[in-house]
Parts: sequence; C-alpha cells; structure tokens
Amino acid sequence: MTLLDIVILLPLAGFLVTLFIPRSNPSLVRTFTVAMALITFVVSLGLALGFNSDTAGLQFETNFVWIANPQINYHVGIDGISLWLIILSTFLTPICVMLSWRAVKERPKEFYAFLLLLEFGLVGVFAAFDLFLFYVFWEVCLIPMYFLIGIWGHDRRIYAAVKFFLYTMTGSVLMLVAIIYLYQRAGAGSFDYATILGAIQSGRATLTGAEQLWLFLAFFFAFAIKVPLFPLHTWLPDAHVEAPTAGSVMLASVMLKMGTYGLVRYCLPLFPNAARQCAPWIIPLAIIGIVYGALVAMVQPNMKKLVAYSSVSHLGFVVLGIFSFTQLGLDGAVYQMLNHGISTGALFVLVGFMYERRHSLEIVDYGGVATVAPWLSTIFLITTLASIGLPTLNNFIGEFLVLQGSAQVNILWTVFASLGVILSACYMLWLYQRVFYGKASEEVEHHMPDFSGREWACMVPLIIMMVWMGTYTQTFLTPVTKATARMLEQTTTSAPIRAQVLHQRALATRGPDPEGAPDEGVRPTISAISAGGSQHAR
Amino acid sequence: MDQNLNLYLWLIPLLPFAGFLINGIFGRKFSKAVINAVAVGSVALSFLWVLRVVLALQGAEEAHIENYYTWIQSGAFKIGMDFSVDRLTQVWLLIVTGIGLLIHIYAVGYMAHEGGYYRFFAYMNLFMFFMLTLVLAANYLVLFVGWEGVGLCSYLLIGFYFDKKFATDAGNKAFIVNRIGDFSFSLAVFLIVVNFKTLNFHDVFAAAPGKDTGTLTVIALLLLGGACGKSAQFPLYVWLPDAMAGPTPVSALIHAATMVTAGVYMVARSHVIFEHAPIAMTVVAFIGLFTAVFAASIGLAQNDIKKVFAYSTVSQLGYMFLGEGVGAFSAGIWHVLTHAFFKALLFLGAGSVIHACSGEQDLRQMGGLRTKIPITFWTLVCAALAISGVPGTSGFFSKDAILVAAYHVSPWYYWIGTITAGMTAFYVWRAMFMAFWGAYRGHHEDHLHESPLSMTGPLMVLAFLSIAGGFLFKIPAFLEPLFGAEAPEDMTLVLVSSAAGVVGILIAYWMYVVSPTVPEAIAARFSRLYTLILNKYYVDEVYNATVVEPVIDGSTSVLWRGVDVGVIDGTVNGIGSQARGMGMILRMLQSGNIRNYATWVVFGSVLLIAAIAAGMTGGIR
Repeated sequence: MTLLDIVILLPLAGFLVTLFIPRSNPSLVRTFTVAMALITFVVSLGLALGFNSDTAGLQFETNFVWIANPQINYHVGIDGISLWLIILSTFLTPICVMLSWRAVKERPKEFYAFLLLLEFGLVGVFAAFDLFLFYVFWEVCLIPMYFLIGIWGHDRRIYAAVKFFLYTMTGSVLMLVAIIYLYQRAGAGSFDYATILGAIQSGRATLTGAEQLWLFLAFFFAFAIKVPLFPLHTWLPDAHVEAPTAGSVMLASVMLKMGTYGLVRYCLPLFPNAARQCAPWIIPLAIIGIVYGALVAMVQPNMKKLVAYSSVSHLGFVVLGIFSFTQLGLDGAVYQMLNHGISTGALFVLVGFMYERRHSLEIVDYGGVATVAPWLSTIFLITTLASIGLPTLNNFIGEFLVLQGSAQVNILWTVFASLGVILSACYMLWLYQRVFYGKASEEVEHHMPDFSGREWACMVPLIIMMVWMGTYTQTFLTPVTKATARMLEQTTTSAPIRAQVLHQRALATRGPDPEGAPDEGVRPTISAISAGGSQHAR
Repeated sequence: MDQNLNLYLWLIPLLPFAGFLINGIFGRKFSKAVINAVAVGSVALSFLWVLRVVLALQGAEEAHIENYYTWIQSGAFKIGMDFSVDRLTQVWLLIVTGIGLLIHIYAVGYMAHEGGYYRFFAYMNLFMFFMLTLVLAANYLVLFVGWEGVGLCSYLLIGFYFDKKFATDAGNKAFIVNRIGDFSFSLAVFLIVVNFKTLNFHDVFAAAPGKDTGTLTVIALLLLGGACGKSAQFPLYVWLPDAMAGPTPVSALIHAATMVTAGVYMVARSHVIFEHAPIAMTVVAFIGLFTAVFAASIGLAQNDIKKVFAYSTVSQLGYMFLGEGVGAFSAGIWHVLTHAFFKALLFLGAGSVIHACSGEQDLRQMGGLRTKIPITFWTLVCAALAISGVPGTSGFFSKDAILVAAYHVSPWYYWIGTITAGMTAFYVWRAMFMAFWGAYRGHHEDHLHESPLSMTGPLMVLAFLSIAGGFLFKIPAFLEPLFGAEAPEDMTLVLVSSAAGVVGILIAYWMYVVSPTVPEAIAARFSRLYTLILNKYYVDEVYNATVVEPVIDGSTSVLWRGVDVGVIDGTVNGIGSQARGMGMILRMLQSGNIRNYATWVVFGSVLLIAAIAAGMTGGIR
C-alpha cells in the first residue's frame, strides 16, 4: 500500500466512521471531520515531499485487478499534474469543514460526511489510471455535491441541484458510452488506461478518423460541461448561488478542475488528432467564455453570481492553454487550475463569511464594510488582486503562461483573450468599491464584526498560497512541466497522427492549414516541442 | 568592473517593503512617532543604500546584474527574478528614493491630522517597493511586476478617502485605464518572447538590431501603448487629473515625480527597439507633442489648483516623450529629473497652500497669500520659474535640450513646443497670481498659517534643486555611454523658446494683476471655446457614451438576460419540464437517512457494473 492509497482511503474511512457517530453529538462530528481532513492533508503532503521531479512517469503507483471480467483494475498513481490537484483537494477540505462550523446547523453529521465522501471522490478522480475506476470516482463526486446543494442550499436549491445533476449526468453518460466503446476497440481486454493508451499509441489498436472524432467529442462534451465551457455553463451560476459556502468552494475550486483535468489527461493523449482537429472551434469558445463570462460578471447584482461568472472567464484561460498545444500553454493551464482553486475558493469563502453576518448576497445590501471590518476588507482586497492577476500573486503566472503559449501559435487569440484581463479588473474593482468603500449603513455597521480566529485560520493558508504561488513558482511548476512535456510529446508523435500526416502528405494538394496545422506540429523531437511550439508562429 | 561585486540590490526595494509590512500589520497599535520612524526610516535607509551602490559602481558603463532565483520556468523557457543597474537605473534610483524621502518627510506634517495615518504610510512604502522593483528589473516581466504594483498603490492612494465616492471612482478609473495600457504592454511582452525567446533586457537588445523593422515597429508601438497608460499620454491621460482626489503628497510623489514617469523610463530602457523602428519613433514624438499642447490648453482654464498642476504634469510628460521621439533620450530623462524637482515642489507647495486655507483648493477662493505664507510662496516662485523655463533654472536646461533636438528633426515640432512653453508659463503663473496676489477672497482668514518645518523643509530643498538642478546634474553627459551625444546647442532657438516662457508670465501678470477684468471679457468673447476647454473637451463624456455605457448595457440586456437566461437556459428548459419531474422523484430519495443514501450509492454502482458486465459478455459488439 502506497502513500497515495492511504490518501485515497482516509477520507472514505472518515466518511464511514462519521456515519456511526451519534446524531446527538454534532461537535464530535465536527472535531472528528476536521481532524480527519487535516490528517489527510498532512499525509498528502508526503506525496509532494516524496515526489521525484526528475521523471515524468507515474509515481506512488498501485495496480491490481479489481474486477476480473471485464477486467477493471484498481490502478492509481500520480504525475506532476495529479499531484497538485490532489493536494489542492486535501488542502481545501479542512478549510471547508472549518468554515461550515457556524453556517451549518441542520443535519451537521450528514453534511460533514458528504464533505469527506466528496474528498474521497475528488482524490480518486485525480489518481485513477483505469478508465472505469475514473468513471466510478467521477460519479462518486457527483452524488455528495448534489446533496450538498439540494439539502443545505438556499431557497432555489432543488432547481439548482437538479440542473447541476442533469447537466453533468448528460455528459457523464456520453463519456461512459465512449469508455466502453474504447474498451472494445482497444482490444486489450482491460479498462486499464495505461494499457489502452499503450495500445493506441503503439498502433496495435487503430481508430479511424471518424471514430477518434466521435470518441473525442463524447469525452470532450462531458468535460466541457464540467469546466464549464461556454455555452454549457448556465448550471454553474445557479449551483453556486444556491450551494452552501463549502459546496461553492469545493465546486469552484476542485470540481471544475475535473473537467479541465479530464481534457488534459484523456482527451489529448487518447485522441491527439481529433483534439487538434477540433481546436479551431474549441479555442474560439474558450475565448468567448473569457470575455463573455467577464462581461456578464460585471453586471451581476449578486456577489456569488459575479464570482461564478468570473469562474467561466478564468476557466476559459485554462481551455485556451490546453488547446494551444504548447509547453507554456499547457503549463499555464495546469497552473491556472490550481490558481483558480485557491483564489476563487478564497473569494467564495469570504463571501460566505459576509453572508453569515449580513444574511444577504446582494451587493446593494453592503457598502462601507472597510470602515467597520478592516481586516476582512484587507484580506478580500488581496484575494481580489490575486483574482485579477496582479503580478507577485498566483493568477498572474497562470494567465501569463497561457497567453504566452497561445501567442506562440496565434497572436490574435492572445489579443482577444487578454481583453479578459482588462475586464477582470473592471468587475472585481467595481464589486470591491460597492461592497467595501463608501459610508457604512446602519445594518452594516452593526452586523459586520471583523475576522474571528476561526476565520483567520481559514484565510491565512489561502493567502500564503497566493503569495507563494505568485513569487516562487518552482515548487509547483517543476513537476508540472515534466508531466506536460511528456504529454505534448505523446500528442505530437502518436501513431494516428503519424498516419494522418502520411496521408496528408500523400494528398499534398492543399496548402498548410491556417491554424496550428497538425502536419507542422509533428516534430518528433522533444527539443522542438519544448521550444514552445514557436515553429507555429507566423 | 569587478564581476564578483555583490551590491545586495534587493535591499533597495525590500527595505521599504519591510516598512510596509510592519506598518501595515501592526501600525494600528503604533504611535505616530513609531509609524514615522518605520516609514521614513526605511526610505532613508533605502536612499543610503542607493548612494552606496552608485558610489560602488564608480560610474561603470556596463550594467551590473544580480540573479536571485528562477521565477518561472516552463520547458526550456525561463524567467529570472533578476535585478540590474546601469547609469539609467542609477538616475531613476536617485530620483525615486531622494524625492521619495523628501515627500515622506513632508507627509509627516501634512497627514498629521488625518485618519488612517498608518495606512497611508504603509501604502507609500509599498509604492516605493514596487517603483524600485520597476527600475531595478533586469527583464520585462520583473519590470511588469513593478509596473502593475505601482498602479495598485496609485489605486489605493487615490481612493485613500474611501468613504468618498469621487475618490474611489477616481481610483477605479486609474486602475482600469492603466489596465488598458497594460493590455498593450503585455502584448508587446508576448511578441518579444515569440521573437526573441527571452525577456532579459540584455539579450533582447543585443538581438534587436537583427530583427525586421516591421516586427520591431509593432513591438515598439505596443510598448508605447503601455507607456501612454502609465504616463498619462493621449488618449489614456484621462485618469491623471481625477487622480488628484488622493492626498497631496501622493499627487507629488506618484502622480508627478515618479510613477507617471515610468512610461518614459520604459521607452528609454527599450531605446534599442525604438531606434530600429523609425515609424514608432515618429509616433512617440507625435503623441508627446500633441499631449503637451492639448493638456496645456486645458490647463489654461482650470480653477482647482491641483487640477492646473495635474494638466501641467500631463503636458510636461508630453515633452519628455517628444524628446524620446526625436531621439534625444537623455534630454527627455533630464526633463524627468528637473520635472521631479519642480513639479513635486509645485504639488507640495499647493498642499501647503491647501493646508493653510483649511482644505480649500479653488483658486477663486484664495488670493493675497504672499505675506501670509511666505516660505511656501517663495519656494513656489522657484518652481514656477523653473517650469516656465526661465534661463538659469533647471527647467530651462532640460526643456531647451528637448526643443533644440526636436528642431533638428522637424522645425514645426520646435515651434509647437515653444508655443506650449508659453502656455505653460501662462497658466502656472495665472495660478500663482490668483493665489498669492490681490486680496484674500476666501473664508477663515484668521486660520491662515504657515506649515510646520517638516513641510517647509522639503519645500526649501526642492526649491534649491529646482533652481540649481540644471547646473548640478548634467544628465546627458552622464548618460552618453547609453544614448550617445546630445544635439549641439543653438543660441537662437534657446532664446526664442525662453522668451516664450517670459512672455507667458508677462501676459498672466497683465491679465490677473494689472487688469483683472480681462479674463472674464475673454471668456465672454470666446464663450464657446472657453466652455469647451473648461469642460476638458468633453473627453470623459465621450468615453462614457461610446465605451462604458454600451458595454454595461449590452452585457446586461444582450449577454446576460438575452443569451444566458434567454437563449441558453431557454433551450435547457426544454429539458426543464423533465428535470422537474426527475426532481420530484429525486426528492423522494431524500429521506434524510444517511444509510439510505449510502445504500443508493452502492446500489447504483453495482447496477452500473452489472449492466456493463452484461454488455461485455453480451452483444455490444
């Protein structure tokens, strides 16, 4: 049993034990959950400490047959991408438990149990290397989140929960079909991801162009809903507004990353050809999402909705980075997943704290908070600045890498996507002005105490991460860049691509593709790839 | 030069940063004396360290570079947290820490009765940190750190009185307009990486001469776009006049002497790129010249003493860009230095006037202050003489260096510049005559008092520098290794442009002292033009009507209510009725009993696995 297995199983164990704690003792539940979550976090740090950044391969790997026929393996392991997403999950769970101490009064036992179950699912999603196992974990995440929204949410919680469930389920079902089809076609008799990927990349199993495209689309659709990519995003604002704070935090910070992680982990290596083929319409959608999300965020009267739409904008950067097929773009995308987890998570935490005081999410009910709660205002300001990409704070690094990566392929993408950077300052500073500046109303004056010790405990780690990830990126980027380099290599030199290139060369009648043409991308040497795909630039 | 020289350059910005942290975190509990000691002391130490660095470098012509750590590394692409000092940096370090120190001392007196004392000094120290990072940066991305950081501090300090809406509006405006400039700057950075594979100044400038002119022109123009935001050039100058909502020491430090010259610095730093892009150079000169005359014309009719000086800052920054655009980089930077002296003095003096008049900023409510606040008066006279370019003062040297160089490129640059010089002298002295001559027109005459020594001390130092700065600091000679020799002197041109300044002063004297009815008569005679200028050509109104409002209305009614709620959710609601039905079923599952839920989870998983197992053995194939 590796350390990774322990990190996966601890939350599950916690979940099961919580079920047996008597309902009459909510403080025991809380104490136990926070202890469990903290222990899981500390153990997960061992993954980072024991991680070897010199190799791009899987580490902390466990692989044994779980179900013999059809063969489904319990195959887990991590590379540099999974590593930080797992730690992000284990880092945020204790914070979510702590911030719910006062907010959740009804059925606390179930609430905390679901949080641990959610953590179990999330860690599993990022660790799984068997397609079926991945799917199981994917669904495990869906259930606790559905209940978190549906039971502990605000007024329109049922509508939001069902909308969330339906949207996600639609995508999941398609993905399941694709997984099963892939299992059949790979002919390896196993759902094991490494096996299937190996079969495809070695050319032992070949997919026709049409098959690749349809399978890619099925996976892509499931992930794009989760991201969410414009125009599949409308479940997100509702889910966020109605969800309890902890639900919003986990949803925004980690669950959305299931989508982008899926794109990086599965869509690119499995179907590189189709991915490149579809990039010309995916990237415009990502850019529309960046600008559109920002514009709609700007005019929201509700704080949580504003932050939710800002997520649509931020996640657009991630998708843009992924489909730029450059080293910088992919690194930026992965970094931006983590950044968004920290800074948007922090925004939801802060909005939650304010809701506990003033019982409103409407911006007009605030104003002048800076006079009565200076520390709350300061921390909110730092988070705002992180969110709008101020250099020395985390988001800047991710946005810079993504935009730089896309500039190497097509500067016009960067031009339009950069508009999102201007607009982010507009909507966040305008929000900040209306909530924190001005004169404090009577209600604000009397109901806005400054931070409590528990709230400090939630926010300080997040602020530290913002600064750390903004000033010393080596800690996080070194493992990531190894993993993404390998991934790029896989997408560039895999057999189907080579086949298609040969095919195209044979045709050789039409000129080079206008955008990121696959035949140009094929330079099967790593040095060409790590030069950042700048060969694409024209 | 000694290659192993370690100058601990990081101390220069980190000392004020430590001051920021200490005052920012604990300042609320500190007495004013402790806050002063931390804030002023950290800047003083930083200034001393700059002096030590300058002395240690002994006028070395090569840049001294210190590499600290790898900030970002992705694949083979690497950006270091590196600092570098050459002669250009030395000039800026001295301006920033020297003037910064004087203004910090001044602020001790000026802010003595204000709330949020510790907060003010924390922000000021933070500004020093970012500004020093900006000028010390050895690559474009570290420069960008300082660049955005000073913008943040500007935002915080403009909105310092955050319970006043006009102040926070001005802060937002400053940040957002600067972001538009930064949009352009960041595109330049992206293009530099694409074309040069690096952001290090040294490597970029070494490779630049070999690149094609088109690429360099695009990069240079995008860099200029960034400079237009930060240095308040047309069409992005609109934030600077509003920025006067901040406390006066802020206007002096950030919005006159240092931050707004960051664009000038960045263009000078990138001079290799600009010099190989002749079209971009012409655009720089053109924008500078246009901004100079445009802002000066607005300055003619403003009645708020700080607004007058704000438009004059915009105008003087235009001169600096004109100098750079005609290739006289060192003349432009000389003007940065002298302008830092006299404009900081004008603002600090204005602050002293406002202080004396209990917060009044309207020139029409002043008058006759000459005898009431004599130190302020005489120091302001020095600044006003310098900005008018009266021979012998610091402004004379730098302005004429620019104008003479401009003449050699195109004579009409010179003539428009000279007319602008006359306008500048006119409106600055108009303000002087309105404030200090005639009879007092305001209220609380018994309140009028000279400021304390902590305020008048810096005024006197700056007055000395405004007058003698041109003799003391021969910047073009110092920067010759970087920018080459300056244009030869031309006595005729110098005489004409100096005369323009003197004429401007005389006209102002005639209009505002000798026959004070003339201004009103002129305003009435040319009422259309006067209203246009008084309202600043309605540029803010045009921006609002053409950009701000359409974007907000469009986002609300078209994107949000139209596309999001209407089209997309409308489509989804096609499934909505089924969703509701499903919701009813699912609601029944919510028994509230956790064992039930767990059972469902297990049951569901088993069902799925069974179904698939059946599918496998059966006939999907």
